[in-house]
Amino acid sequence: MRDLAVLFKGNNPARLMGGLGVTLGLSLVSVALSVALGLVVGVLMTRKNPVIRALMRLWLETVRIVPQLVLLFLVYFGMAKAFNLQMSGETAAVIVFTFWGAGEMGDLVRGAITSIPRHQRESGAALGLTQGQVWRFVLLPQAARRLVPQAINLATRMIKTTSLVMLIGVVEVLKVGSQIIDAARYDAPQGAVWVYGAVFLLYFLACWPISLLAKRLERKWAVVADA
Amino acid sequence: MVKFLPMYVKAAGLTLRLGMAGILLSLVVGALCCMARHFRVPVLDKVAGVYIELARNTPLLVQLFFLYFGLPKVGIKLDAETCAVVGLTFLGGAYMAESLRSGLESVDRAQVESGMCIGLTPLQNLRYVILPQGLATAIPSIGANVVFLIKETSVFSAVALADLMYVAKDLIGMYYKTDEALLMLTLSYLTLLLPISIAFTLLERRLRHAGFGGAV
Repeated sequence: MRDLAVLFKGNNPARLMGGLGVTLGLSLVSVALSVALGLVVGVLMTRKNPVIRALMRLWLETVRIVPQLVLLFLVYFGMAKAFNLQMSGETAAVIVFTFWGAGEMGDLVRGAITSIPRHQRESGAALGLTQGQVWRFVLLPQAARRLVPQAINLATRMIKTTSLVMLIGVVEVLKVGSQIIDAARYDAPQGAVWVYGAVFLLYFLACWPISLLAKRLERKWAVVADA
Repeated sequence: MVKFLPMYVKAAGLTLRLGMAGILLSLVVGALCCMARHFRVPVLDKVAGVYIELARNTPLLVQLFFLYFGLPKVGIKLDAETCAVVGLTFLGGAYMAESLRSGLESVDRAQVESGMCIGLTPLQNLRYVILPQGLATAIPSIGANVVFLIKETSVFSAVALADLMYVAKDLIGMYYKTDEALLMLTLSYLTLLLPISIAFTLLERRLRHAGFGGAV
């Protein structure tokens, strides 16, 4: 217990919170960009055009199969070497997470749209709604109910994945944690267990409420989606 | 590049070995948790619930750092490989438990009740009615978990394990062969994961008609 104090020494709490801020900031930007791009990608994925379909499929499989850490290395180190593009770790992270997130989000959007039974669209048309009205009043409200909980889950995955950016030199909450441990190597030799424990807890506190929200929305809307 | 190939093959072996060990243990842990929750075993049910939430809402990298750098300070020393497998199992167990649970829950209520009506014990019901249908539904998400967990092994390099990621970093550091190292790294993961991904797609297709009585 004795080295627990290292957590509260000096400005350590503020530094950890600052690190958490970087983590959440990166996630927020990436999630926002992914959602915006993902909506477009998702609609493209439902297109019948074989070329578009193949391209989208290729994109999705790539982000599904290549680990995010590898993508980070490809962008951060690979781009610098191949095109002499020097970018900060943060920029590389946002690019990678958006590339990954937009693909995954697109697939969720595609799933949500195609999950709506055909008779919904046709009934709308039979009622004399225009194409735009069918989307606005029939398809989108139903798709959104399936989409929102899954999109929120994707957001928690992104928050968790941002822990990888410390490996390309971004100072986020995990890196701050290890800096604190290194600085207190002699005063608090057992600090690591508390500091990493605290980081663990911080991530949990950041992600858990969001997961709960997703679960609640899923339950709340599940019955309606079935009807 | 040819010179480095053996290093990659060796590293891929490690990635695959640790990944498989972690995945198998994850399935065991996941099945245990799922059963604890399914039968509402007192206490264990709650423990499994807390564990699942904890593991699903924290990153593997943080879990590994805690295991590898944190625990030795309080006297629990684990070597890097054990840490990696324990960490992967901790994370994966929770994901597997959730996949299995949603599979079992997808089985139509009428099926479960019919089973009870014809006098099956809860265990028989599980064995002959729920599992065959529920597992078929769970397969796609279990497959997604397998691919996800193997991808997650890429963070093992951070606790000094010589996996694929580590070899690539090493080559970049030592020879400045960034392009080649990264290209081979990407290809290695593709070679490992594409067959797994395709296999699960095929399996999923075969099992798609296993459900019975539910909405089609």
